[in-house]
Amino acid sequence: MKQNRLIDLRNISVKLGGNQILQDMNLYIRDKEFVTLLGPSGCGKTTTLRLIAGFLQPDSGDIFFEGKSINNEPPHKRQVNTIFQRYALFPHLNVFDNIAFGLRLQKKKKSEIKKRAEKMLSLVNLNGFGEREVNSLSGGQQQRVAIARALAVEPRVLLLDEPLGALDLKLRKDMQLELKKIQRRMGITFVYVTHDQEEALSMSDTVVVMDGGIIQQIGTPIDIYNEPVNAFVADFIGESNIVDGVMLGDNRVRFSGHDFDCLDAGFAKNEEVDVVVRPEDVDVFTPSEHTMLKGQVTTNTFKGVHFEMIVDIGGFLWMIQTTQYHPVGAQVGLSIEPNAIHVMKKSQYSGMFGDYSCYTEEYYELSEPGAE
Amino acid sequence: MGTISNFARRLLAGPYVLWAVLFIIAPMLFVAYYAFTDANGAFSLDSILGLGKFSDIILRSAWYSVLATAICLLLAYPAALILVKMKTRTQATLVMLIMLPMWMSFLIRTYAWITILQNEGLINFALDWLNLPRLSMINTPGAVILAMVYNYLPYMIIPLYNVLSKLDHSLLEASQDLGANSLRSLTRVTLPLSLPGIAAGITMVFVPSISTFYISQKMSTGNILMIGDIIERQFMISYNYNMGAAISLVLMVVIIVTMMAMRRFTENSGEVVV
Repeated sequence: MKQNRLIDLRNISVKLGGNQILQDMNLYIRDKEFVTLLGPSGCGKTTTLRLIAGFLQPDSGDIFFEGKSINNEPPHKRQVNTIFQRYALFPHLNVFDNIAFGLRLQKKKKSEIKKRAEKMLSLVNLNGFGEREVNSLSGGQQQRVAIARALAVEPRVLLLDEPLGALDLKLRKDMQLELKKIQRRMGITFVYVTHDQEEALSMSDTVVVMDGGIIQQIGTPIDIYNEPVNAFVADFIGESNIVDGVMLGDNRVRFSGHDFDCLDAGFAKNEEVDVVVRPEDVDVFTPSEHTMLKGQVTTNTFKGVHFEMIVDIGGFLWMIQTTQYHPVGAQVGLSIEPNAIHVMKKSQYSGMFGDYSCYTEEYYELSEPGAE
Repeated sequence: MGTISNFARRLLAGPYVLWAVLFIIAPMLFVAYYAFTDANGAFSLDSILGLGKFSDIILRSAWYSVLATAICLLLAYPAALILVKMKTRTQATLVMLIMLPMWMSFLIRTYAWITILQNEGLINFALDWLNLPRLSMINTPGAVILAMVYNYLPYMIIPLYNVLSKLDHSLLEASQDLGANSLRSLTRVTLPLSLPGIAAGITMVFVPSISTFYISQKMSTGNILMIGDIIERQFMISYNYNMGAAISLVLMVVIIVTMMAMRRFTENSGEVVV
């Protein structure tokens, strides 16, 4: 991943209707990269996309494309194309004419337009759909037409605004794979906006996690999952147990009343930190008298691949995933390997994501309908 | 139960059917009857065949109405485009202002134009004051068309405004995104998608324009006649009901053909807009 910076957003701020949407944002996107902007609604991800497309001007800051500022370049002159959330296909044109729309604007020859449009139709597996009215197509098919239409004009960058949001789960999974395949085959840059963390992790080269108009973390899916920078990222990406801890020194952290070896260093001595442990990274066993960390199983749900337990460890409810069955009420011993512990600096998000107690109440009702 | 409710439904429709037969179908049959008979009530094609002598008036009416409709469209389309770009509250106020003249009597509105345009009218008064030569405006085709445009312009703006305000904005973004500048977006997306509004506006301006008799009489003190005027004359002055009916029949055919043509437009692209 040592390619050039294709798009560079520098010190971008955007205010809309008195609300600060983006705050001094800096982000660059490399050529041929699959970048996902991930965050809850209102985090500024769609705004970022609209800035790149040119539908919105930043209040301050600059947008560069291959090193040249495109702040004043109108959308129709930018080498980027957008897949809109609800596709925005032209209802007065059939499938072929939708795909040919951009090519006709480029005054391409008729034969060339036909050839290119046919090629696009086959790229998205819609051979023979050219004469169909767009309103007669299913959601998934309309989605494909939108992709074909945007790719027909050979953009350098494709911007996708929650493109799979309106599709059902099965179709969404298929389209994820297909989009990734198309991106590789066309060899162009994708900037993808979603609030679905699983989608982001499985498709992207780089994930940009955003909240409140601020980029929280930029990294590969593995980095983001394994090394979240703060409690927000840890909570937003996957399930995580976030507990208060104290750094005793390099590679030594105390939480839940015990000291643990870890791989994190560079913190001040006795610095208060947030500690993240993923549910699948806790080993569960039958406790003996030497066992240090113990807990009580409060719920246990069979999930197919594993059991998902809520374990009460000194009053803090942990989510733990394990392949072995431990009945509700059982005392279990727990161990956490050093590489399963991730230490984060305290942030504004610390303490906002508690334990799994809310989760548990739901589960009590679900798993023990007869209780009380 | 089905039969009862069916019967009840038919019964409910009764008054409307009766109304339609008495006041819509019957008069039209009367018009046809008079058009194809002579003064004694015997079958005759004299009136229909005699239409030829009114051909210039009929053609002029059609031409003026086409002009008035075209001018309305050219004025209303940009107006509607500007309107939908404004803030919602401003839009509501402006739409009300556009409709406001329609709350006043048609007579008063036309008389107002006479006092503005006539030889001793407001404009010439202003020209005198500026030491400029007077203009002769009343009694000209321009005055007739101006009054038609003024009276019917709201009927063009409102349907255009309706259709444009419902246009999905992301379609315009998509067209810009694919390389269309504002003009191209207008001609390739906005215009085709607003065809139903254009068709509705044309119908609503052209039909009253071609059948008007009052505007032309007043704005030209009876010098420029239109179809409506000669129909009125046949009935009120010449007492030639048969000729009057024959001319009415021509007018009806023109209007029906126009409406069918326009409805075709609306239907074809109507589904598209929904």
